Amino acid sequence: MDLGPYTSFIATSYLAAALVVVLLIGWIAIDYRIQKARLRALEESGISRRSGRAATDLQ
Amino acid sequence: MTALGALIRRDIRIALRIGGGALIGVLFFLTVVVLMPFAVGPDLALLTRLGPAILWLGALLSSLLTLDRLFTADHDDGSLDLIVMSRTPLELACAAKALAHWLAAGLPLVIATPVLGLLLNLDATATGAVALTLLAGTPALTFIGMIGAALAVTMHRGGLLLAVLVLPLSIPVLIFGVAASQAAIVGPLPFGAPFSILCALSLVSFVIGPFAAATSLRNGLD
Amino acid sequence: MSLIDLANPTRFLALAARLLPWLALVTVVLLAAGLYLSAQAPDDYQQGATVKIMFIHVPNAWLSMFVWGVMSIASLGTLVWRHPLADVAAKAAAPIGASFTFLALLTGSLWGRPMWGTYWEWDARLTSVLILFLMYLGLMALWRAVDDPTRAARAAAVLTLVGAINLPIIKFSVDWWNTLHQPASVMRMGGTALDKSFLIPLLVMAVGFSFLFITLHVAAMRNEILRRRVRSLQMLQARAYSGSAPAGSATGQIAGAA
Repeated sequence: MDLGPYTSFIATSYLAAALVVVLLIGWIAIDYRIQKARLRALEESGISRRSGRAATDLQ
Repeated sequence: MTALGALIRRDIRIALRIGGGALIGVLFFLTVVVLMPFAVGPDLALLTRLGPAILWLGALLSSLLTLDRLFTADHDDGSLDLIVMSRTPLELACAAKALAHWLAAGLPLVIATPVLGLLLNLDATATGAVALTLLAGTPALTFIGMIGAALAVTMHRGGLLLAVLVLPLSIPVLIFGVAASQAAIVGPLPFGAPFSILCALSLVSFVIGPFAAATSLRNGLD
Repeated sequence: MSLIDLANPTRFLALAARLLPWLALVTVVLLAAGLYLSAQAPDDYQQGATVKIMFIHVPNAWLSMFVWGVMSIASLGTLVWRHPLADVAAKAAAPIGASFTFLALLTGSLWGRPMWGTYWEWDARLTSVLILFLMYLGLMALWRAVDDPTRAARAAAVLTLVGAINLPIIKFSVDWWNTLHQPASVMRMGGTALDKSFLIPLLVMAVGFSFLFITLHVAAMRNEILRRRVRSLQMLQARAYSGSAPAGSATGQIAGAA
């Protein structure tokens, strides 16, 4: 595939898009872990939800 | 009606009193215009060409500066809660407050324009055109800005947040205000088209502004 | 499971857990197909190979507006029905929308360098996207300005709806301003009718990116629900420590009730 004289611009666009999407996915995945860890810590310290279900009960 | 009249009278009286800050807006306007020649150089021909843009930017920034006071003072002394709770519809009360604010802070900007036009070497037609577009456009700035002021007062954050929220929304007013002034001065466009769109923007803001501000006050104050 | 059930955050979490793998799978398949098709697409006779940048630019530009639309609907849910899940949806969408808007700007300017000779041209479409980007950032600043999520949600909802009303006006103004100042010789973005060989990859990429947004949005909403649950549990904890439990707490959060 020959992209002509502007290969760098095209490659940069695709790489930037990939990078931003990866950052978004990474941020959301890490955030999910952090929140779950906090819920687990709260659970272990004996705090229960008003509904009585476990804090880490995600279902 | 009398309640709204009383509200308008009260707001204007507070704004014009020493420390009210409405006239500080004019002073700020003057300062911004005086700063411009230092930035672009004292070239009168260039200043004439940029004149309408400078005047419009100055008016935009100084109306933003005084907007902060639209609700904060009332919020601080508790009268805002009374206004929210009163039997007068909050939308009308917001509109009345914005009208009072424009009369006290927006109109002086329009009146100051001819003097500032002299500094920028604008001739009578050009000054008249800019003053006329400001007369039609500054109400829109006040009424759009009121939304930001209502949001900022419920957040207990003023200043910068208000500017960040309001400035993108005021871009259309700036575009058509400057375009109408330029059309009157150099052409080739007729003055009527951009000017009537500017008036339309003002009318739209009279509808959106009070409703949005009232919604955010009702939801935001506790 | 009906739509009413979705209104319950706990049910939403259950549904999200079941849906997310499938959504992710569809996204990956669509984006892979889209990338393959864009690689196969011929060069444009005017733009040359740079037309390939359009295959990411256009979907991102489309999403930048679509996400604001999603947030506007969620804001209606916040203001009219006072629905807590609507707050969550609006808040989770904002950073994702801002990212897509940023990508649209970046790819637009990378396309512009070979085509216009400058990275930034005050082209009507790019300028509108730039203003949209500023509005996203302002909205996110508003979300951060207050720590009570319910109050922040209502303020953000007002701003989102005002933005939604203003966006067409801004678009119109910028287009008008642009025709006033633009020299006619500059080539406009996507000015000509699209050939089928470009349209199909573009459509696949657009659908793929839309699914990417849906996947990320559902996952971000799940995070936000958990964050609020953490917040209300921490408040319970603080109250338990202080020993005095005032009746009718101020935490009207969904997580507490969930």
